[in-house]
Amino acid sequence: MSTPMNETVAAVKTGEPLVRIEDVHKFFGTHHVLRGIDMTVREGEVSVIIGPSGSGKSTLLRCVNMLETISAGRIRVRDDLIGFRDVNGRLHHLPAKDIAAQRREIGMVFQRFNLFPHRTALQNIIEAPTQVKRQSKAAARAKAMELLDRVGLAEKADYYPAQLSGGQQQRVAIARALAMEPELMLFDEPTSALDPELVGDVLNVMKDLAQSGMTMIVVTHEIGFAREVGDTLTFMDAGVVVESGDPREVMANPQHARTREFLSRVL
Amino acid sequence: MSGPALSGTRSDKAAPARPELIDAVPVRHPGRWAGAVIIFIVAALLVQSLVTNQNFRWDTVGTYLLDVLVIQGIGWTLLLTVLSMVIAIVLAILLAFMRQSDNPLFRYVSWVWVWFFRGTPVYTQLVFWGLIAVLYPKIALGVPFGPELFSFSTQDVINAFIAAVLGLGLNESAYLAEIFRAGLKSVDTGQMEAAEALGMRKSKIMWRIILPQAMRVIVPPTGNETIGMLKTTSLVLAVPFTLDLTFVTNGIANRSYLPIPLLIVAAIWYLVITSVLMVGQYFIERHYGKGVDNLIPAPVKATQAVTAAHTTPATTADEGGHV
Repeated sequence: MSTPMNETVAAVKTGEPLVRIEDVHKFFGTHHVLRGIDMTVREGEVSVIIGPSGSGKSTLLRCVNMLETISAGRIRVRDDLIGFRDVNGRLHHLPAKDIAAQRREIGMVFQRFNLFPHRTALQNIIEAPTQVKRQSKAAARAKAMELLDRVGLAEKADYYPAQLSGGQQQRVAIARALAMEPELMLFDEPTSALDPELVGDVLNVMKDLAQSGMTMIVVTHEIGFAREVGDTLTFMDAGVVVESGDPREVMANPQHARTREFLSRVL
Repeated sequence: MSGPALSGTRSDKAAPARPELIDAVPVRHPGRWAGAVIIFIVAALLVQSLVTNQNFRWDTVGTYLLDVLVIQGIGWTLLLTVLSMVIAIVLAILLAFMRQSDNPLFRYVSWVWVWFFRGTPVYTQLVFWGLIAVLYPKIALGVPFGPELFSFSTQDVINAFIAAVLGLGLNESAYLAEIFRAGLKSVDTGQMEAAEALGMRKSKIMWRIILPQAMRVIVPPTGNETIGMLKTTSLVLAVPFTLDLTFVTNGIANRSYLPIPLLIVAAIWYLVITSVLMVGQYFIERHYGKGVDNLIPAPVKATQAVTAAHTTPATTADEGGHV
């Protein structure tokens, strides 16, 4: 995990495309939120999306695991069309069972953590493996303790979410998502609801995860994280991708006025 | 291991000079004392009248409090309450889930059910169930417009007791359905999303994630309804079902021309049962409040000891501090 990470990461960067977002549109009623998004995320890549609020970046992320249904375009993870089945060129909505199966491969971390408050940290983590993957309780517990250890919270296993700080809750939420062994992790502003001094712990866990080769799409306002950990930086505004590329290059030399304006305010 | 560490930090903190603690004179509350005196006088007068007023006939209360007929009446009243609440709760969960369903037919059926059973008096419904054998003398199961598979006489199956339970249970289900619906709606939508994102199916999410959290909101008004039901069972004379506590004590009162002491007998028993139900409610509320209402500062369980043993000191520094 921590061994020659630079080579490993570099090697997987050139991996196969894992997520392919093709000309995706999304309407909420008449409100046109996503206006033709194209984006590819390769295996092992950390793709960071930034942009002003209302730019559609969270909506895009939520479309990838079907928390929102796209109005036009295609989203593919591996070779699966997300949310639909193509029968001779005609799309059919997937039944709930198949959507659930697709979601198992995609972990998601929310801005507001969304831990189950009536379950301890450990119970939160073993819920899906035991209930969805039908793992034995003992196996799920062992794996959960490993994950808690990895996020630095092994001693908090029996605490309820309300007994944990925001940063601790978010790290448990990351462990919960990882327990399903997803091939892709989505982060929806994971540090936006945290006190400033708790942000670092969560970012460290994410950095560690990135170095382990996890494919990640991260919607965030943490420019430092984007520069340090991101392989790609995408700037979205008003439902379109304005600019995308190597994070350091985009930040040092933004090509569009809107990107320049946004970066000047957050940097 | 934690013992010495704790005392260590305490002595460290005790090092600076201990501040002089405030020892202020508390605010006086003369109004409270005056109120207490008034309440005491009123209570004393009440007790005095209870003891001295011969019309209460406490001797008769004592005679009938543990009368066989009365005790049997309590049994029937409890049975009516428990069975009708069980029917109501099962139906209410179903109705509340249906009301939240993606299936518009389920939503509509649930709405109509609540509209009908909440919109007509329970007394009317009880009379109706008592007369069901007049409306449908025979209940038969068979292929529509085809052969009959089996049939039975309605009067044999839906006796007065079953009619009473059905009448009370179906009526109550409409009220409870609204309570359950409110409970389900009280759970943050993020809970549903988080569970969906983990690949859980809707039914599992409802049973394991949403409903247990909703129970915090559902239990107090349901306790209210249960206590209400205990007393509503006295309406089963509409069916007519004549073995419950109220009917039995009324019967004794009519025969002995002593209505007041027998009303007191019934009231005492209703109070006793209500008190027992309240104790039960306390424990149910405590169960569903886990993780939210009654947080123990630091849980100590086996898993902690295990992890303490294998956690390396190099793990990420803890942010400490509970919320």
